Amino acid sequence: MARWSLKQRSVLPGFGLTLGYSLLYLSLIVLIPLVGLVLKSTSLTWERFWQVVTEPRVMASYRLSFGASFLAALINTVFGVMTAWVLVRYRFPGKKIVDALVDLPFALPTAVAGIALTSVYAGNGVLGRPLEALGIPVAFTATGVVVALTFIGLPFVVRTLQPILEDLEPEIEQAAASLGATRLQTITRVILPELWPAILTGFALAFARALGEYGSVVFISGNMPMRTEITPLLIIIKLEQYDYGGAAAIATVMLAASFSLLLLINVLQWWNAKRRVAV
Amino acid sequence: MAGGLALRLGRGTAVGSRAVSEPTVVRWLLIGITLLFLTLFLFVPLIAVFAQGFAKGIRVYFASLFEADALAAIRLTLLATAIAVPVNLVFGVAAAWAIAKFEFVGKSVLITLIDLPFAVSPVISGLVYVLMFGLQGWLGPWLSAHDIKIIFAVPGIVLATMFITFPFIARELIPLMQAQGTEEEQAARVLGANGWQMFFRITLPNIKWGLLYGVILCNARAMGEFGAVSVVSGHIRGMTNTMPLHVEILYNEYNFAAAFAVASLLALLALVTLAAKSAVEWRVARQLKAAQTAGREEVRHEH
Repeated sequence: MARWSLKQRSVLPGFGLTLGYSLLYLSLIVLIPLVGLVLKSTSLTWERFWQVVTEPRVMASYRLSFGASFLAALINTVFGVMTAWVLVRYRFPGKKIVDALVDLPFALPTAVAGIALTSVYAGNGVLGRPLEALGIPVAFTATGVVVALTFIGLPFVVRTLQPILEDLEPEIEQAAASLGATRLQTITRVILPELWPAILTGFALAFARALGEYGSVVFISGNMPMRTEITPLLIIIKLEQYDYGGAAAIATVMLAASFSLLLLINVLQWWNAKRRVAV
Repeated sequence: MAGGLALRLGRGTAVGSRAVSEPTVVRWLLIGITLLFLTLFLFVPLIAVFAQGFAKGIRVYFASLFEADALAAIRLTLLATAIAVPVNLVFGVAAAWAIAKFEFVGKSVLITLIDLPFAVSPVISGLVYVLMFGLQGWLGPWLSAHDIKIIFAVPGIVLATMFITFPFIARELIPLMQAQGTEEEQAARVLGANGWQMFFRITLPNIKWGLLYGVILCNARAMGEFGAVSVVSGHIRGMTNTMPLHVEILYNEYNFAAAFAVASLLALLALVTLAAKSAVEWRVARQLKAAQTAGREEVRHEH
């Protein structure tokens, strides 16, 4: 192999063509437009940029977007671990259908999810009416935002955890039990430590997805300034006012948050894979 | 999308003995809570779509689907999907071929870059094209001088759809082709097959299920995308409205029965997607099992 080569030799054809085409298409569709966005936000002066991204209305949207996404990811973590456990370990009628339907939030268009959740959780809806009677209004409040974000993040923890649970060796649990551990001790001290990387990965994936979500939220949130506006909505509002620089500035802040999360997720997945190989 | 086909294989470790399972009461309690959670967040909203769609009777339902603007929206959705899915399919196969079959510097960076559209908010996915091709965008003045319309027109919708669905097929194929290695292709080459013969007779049959799986997911997202398309569409009725955008307009006009009728069509698409996806998973799992049994048989014969 030539020492200067960036690629190892192979008898297989098509490397130049396929890599060249992939890079070209990636650049045209994804990279150049994203760089264009960041460049656009630099058309503002630094003071103006800072002013735009720290406006009170924008700050309120960060609080809602990050807070509701965090809460939704937390709910999905608790119930996702439970769902994955039930689907892998137990047998009950209709299990296959339930398992397939867990992916519904991936397959159902977000706008459809949005109007469906709104109609169900609104004051006159099937679930909204009893909840309102209990003094918990859901639609057109921050709670509604959490409900929508919980819906769209639901599959992440379940699907990250399922393969790990399936691969878990039953011998370890038998050993723990034969050494006198109660079932609860086995679960908290033997099984749970094995699952942490996957649980964290699932949490981060659900959180990242929730942060950028738009379609399912805008119907149920009511979009009241300072109270129920999410950050992606503010980008659209800026755009509708033809404030391209402002829209690009807020988008750049969101991109920075998303890319940090992507980096974190990659580290978590690498940790996850390493643990799986080691086991 | 979490948990690709490659990850979801090899299920079913039955754990029976009492020392390694929970008491029956705990089991049913956990099953009950899980089903209650899924009912509140998944099943009730899904049923609501159909219930609301048919709330004003079957005649209103079908009238809402066959109305001119609805038909135009369905046509546009099909058009955008018919362009975005094949283009991303060609890209997915090319990228997976380069990444899975060759060793080169910067490979992991490339894999991360391919995943980028998943990390970006749909709204931003649309925004980048507005900043590129919009009237105030980088290429805006040149485009308007040449009378080319991309934003608030069909090309923008197609571009946004392509961006959103960009990683789906590549992401399914890369781990699959990495796992399959290069021996079979190398053998084909040594025996004198040219590049295309090798691809169509060896590689394509090997990856067909993974490819189909990716296409199913890509198609569902392409037809259902809302945020990105909403930013570039301009919402011109009968012209630049896709099905999800049409649903939004009807809903905002308080025409709930019609909104849910069109929405039910998209919900049906989601259910078909899930069924097709499960069928592919089931098929691949069965093939894998057959391959494993065949392997064991061979070992037994050798002894």
